[in-house]
Amino acid sequence: MSRDGLHRALADIRLPRALHAGAWWLWALGLAAAASRTTNPLLLALLIAVAAYVVAARRGDEPWSRSFAVFLKLGLLIIAVRMTIQVLFTSAYGGGTVVVRLPELTLPEWAAGVKLGGPITAETLTLAFYDGLRLAAILACIGAANALADARRLLRSVPGALYEAGVALVVAMTFAPRLIEDAGRVRRAHRLRGRHARGIRAIGRVAMPVLQGSLERSLDLAAAMDSRGFGRAAAVHPRCRRSSGPLVLAGLVGVCVGLYGLLDGSTATAVAPAGLGIGLASAVTGLVLGGRGAQRTRYRPDPWRTPEWLVAGSGVVVAAAFVVAGALGQAGMNLMVVPLIMPDLPLLATVGALAALAPAWLAPPHRVRQEVPS
Amino acid sequence: MIIFDAVSVRFDDAAAPVLRDVDLTVGEGELCLVVGRTGTGKSTLLRCVNGLVPHFTGGSLGGRVLVEGRDTRRHRPRDLADVVGFVGQDPRAGFVAERVEDELAFSMEWLGLPPGVMRRRVEETLDLLGLADVRRRAMSTLSGGQRQRVAIGAAMIAHPRILVLDEPTSALDPQAAEDVLAALHRLVHDLGTTVLLAEHRLERVVQYSDRVVHLPGDGTVTSGTPAEVMRTALVAPPVVELGRLAGWSPLPLSIRDARRAATPLREHLVREAPQGPAPAADRATPSVPPPVPPPHVPSNGDDHPAGSAPPRRVGPRWLRRLRSRPGRAPAGGRHGERPDPALPRCHVSGLAVRYGSTVALHGVSLDVGAGEIVAVMGRNGAGKSSLLTALAGLVEPVSGTVRVSGVDPHAAAPASTVRAVGLVPQDPTDLLYADTVAAECADADADTGASPGACRELLHRLAPGVDDETHPRDLSEGQRLALALAVVLVARPPLLLLDEPTRGLDYPAKERLAEILRELAADGHAVILATHDVELVAELATRVVVVADGEVVADGATADVVVGSPTFAPQVAKILAPQPWLTVAAVRPMIMNSFPGYNPERCS
Repeated sequence: MSRDGLHRALADIRLPRALHAGAWWLWALGLAAAASRTTNPLLLALLIAVAAYVVAARRGDEPWSRSFAVFLKLGLLIIAVRMTIQVLFTSAYGGGTVVVRLPELTLPEWAAGVKLGGPITAETLTLAFYDGLRLAAILACIGAANALADARRLLRSVPGALYEAGVALVVAMTFAPRLIEDAGRVRRAHRLRGRHARGIRAIGRVAMPVLQGSLERSLDLAAAMDSRGFGRAAAVHPRCRRSSGPLVLAGLVGVCVGLYGLLDGSTATAVAPAGLGIGLASAVTGLVLGGRGAQRTRYRPDPWRTPEWLVAGSGVVVAAAFVVAGALGQAGMNLMVVPLIMPDLPLLATVGALAALAPAWLAPPHRVRQEVPS
Repeated sequence: MIIFDAVSVRFDDAAAPVLRDVDLTVGEGELCLVVGRTGTGKSTLLRCVNGLVPHFTGGSLGGRVLVEGRDTRRHRPRDLADVVGFVGQDPRAGFVAERVEDELAFSMEWLGLPPGVMRRRVEETLDLLGLADVRRRAMSTLSGGQRQRVAIGAAMIAHPRILVLDEPTSALDPQAAEDVLAALHRLVHDLGTTVLLAEHRLERVVQYSDRVVHLPGDGTVTSGTPAEVMRTALVAPPVVELGRLAGWSPLPLSIRDARRAATPLREHLVREAPQGPAPAADRATPSVPPPVPPPHVPSNGDDHPAGSAPPRRVGPRWLRRLRSRPGRAPAGGRHGERPDPALPRCHVSGLAVRYGSTVALHGVSLDVGAGEIVAVMGRNGAGKSSLLTALAGLVEPVSGTVRVSGVDPHAAAPASTVRAVGLVPQDPTDLLYADTVAAECADADADTGASPGACRELLHRLAPGVDDETHPRDLSEGQRLALALAVVLVARPPLLLLDEPTRGLDYPAKERLAEILRELAADGHAVILATHDVELVAELATRVVVVADGEVVADGATADVVVGSPTFAPQVAKILAPQPWLTVAAVRPMIMNSFPGYNPERCS
């Protein structure tokens, strides 16, 4: 890179603006993929900490920016539920240190003879905890993306062929909160008629006006969108339009298979990359064909510049580090619980996780919302 | 350029066509106003222009509509989006984006304008409509006027030759309406846009229009210059009514023209009634609550026989009634001065209400006695609705006390609150959830323990001729309001609260509402209404409370508060200032008695 280019990149990083939503989501998905590849609690905690630090450093002041804590709490709930289930339905681990012995109850034959209670071992508890923590970490990564990037902007930057569907989704997302608002209003109105808006019967009485109202409004919305040119016929060649649909669909299936393979880790090693590669290629071809000749333009599309590459890249790095470490069979990636051992930090994965911390400095700071400076 | 060529529109389930053989040409750069009562087909006419009728609404279209040479039968609304911008009745329902800028750019994206042009147009539109400082705001945080301006901006940003607006100022406070109309005026004069606009509030728009299209209700359409149409139109703003009454020619449409024509009338009024309509002595004496519940009116030299039905045009009679009616009592003062057998209908002191970190009301004190009709005015978001919801017990006050007929409306059980206070919310549909009018009425009887059929009877009195089997959502705005009113009134609450009752009502429906409220007040109910409608306030309210920024800034007799206020004064007051006349009805007897210009043939 030339000196000039470097200067420009640095300026790009320093100048406050909103980072492309896609970059944040790639970064978060990288973190999530990494979390799915390990049960080491130290690594998982490290991943959560990394996500939390970046969120704290780079989130904006939008309503959704405060949602990260909700996802963390949801994670705690998942851990609790996972461990409760483990306690109730003791699994078949034979040996181990018994922590507590619950009264045992075997359900009758017709209930499949499930055994409830019984001895609780430290090993089973630990296993359940690791499992829950992994889910919580994945959830935290999604929460981080949600707090850092506006999901609507992500939908608005989908490729041309999907643009119509994307806009429809965005509108639906804007529409949904109004339902809650409406329900509140109708419930208050119930009080005005001297009723308590509680109980089963009240639900129907609140739901009907809300649904009728929203139906009316969605018709209005459809009329408004139509009059503003939504869905104007683009001059796409019919053959292109016909072939793009199946291509995209097949591509998406391929991508799903590939992603599943990547996350699962137990499928044959060739399936994941191949599925992902073929799927992506087919989907991209379909999208390009479908979007060709469309007359639409974008108002202020989000740019994709150096910081976006760096942030997305750091996500790829962390995912790759965990996948490679797992493939190499490095100690500490998947902990055995029998016997219980103190986990340690595998070097490669730790370095990879720390790489995901980079966006805290490499992403441009959030633009403080301010009206015209006086 | 819009051409209607023998257009008829008929919806499948309707007996008669909504529009019949309409021939109409709207020329380049005209501001064309569509007037008519509710349900005469104004919206249908507007929706024909951009093809929503018949492509979106269904129904059958006879004849043809040509818009800039395109036939709407073959062009869908989206294909006309580059020549027609459309703003529907509720702009909120049509919003698609989260931020102002994106909302503005939406239609340009679909028209495929180059990015450079889009950037420039957005900036120009932000300036043209005065939206630059809210460009990054979320749509949900905008005020009503801003919202309407964004909707207009979004419709005109792609520079369509034609702009169609359905009631753009109905929901707005007077100031916001002025802003919107100023913006439209600018579009017409600076950019030569053709504007087609339907509006109930003629007093706001008729002066700006180049042509008025009148729908009398039988599906036909007449059109002409505003002065021509207004001379005979069934719906007319006060300035026109006064002009017709005084025989001014040419008929003035704006305050300015009317004031210039009104010099002789003002002098005549000074001679005939030097004190103005409301004698000053009346305001000085402590107010007397009316006999509870009087059959109609305390007879004080009334020329109508007692007990007769109130006349439809309540001219001098209600005026006299108003004079005898208690004005406002200075808050709290009344009960100190003279013992009052009745508790005040509502007593508020030091009230503060907050939602999250927003303080909606603080330090509000208000006493309302029986028989008073109090109008709460103020700009959108000033705290009018908060005051009403606090009175109805829907929000818990942060501090202060609220008592309605001695009951704390928030703490009391809903069933007992409704017997003390009834609120008709801004959207009366919220109150209604049954499938038929009959079921709704039966439910209301059951809820309040009234005798079966009581609500139905009330409804019949408020709006005769409503079919039992109609779905409440299929009623007209006026009928729906009447139904909600009946549902609330069946509990016989001594205090009745109405939030923006005249939104979407035409002049006759408004008159009917005013009559009903006057009867209720005469019956000993107290009425508080939050409204932007200065003409209604002038005609109806005995007292006006102005709220700004969560505080009461003025509280007094209607004439004292509204005369001289640039935003709250009704048209008649502006024309006849400095004399405190408020309504045409008040001036009518003075003119009919002896004014030389009076022409009985000219006024209906």
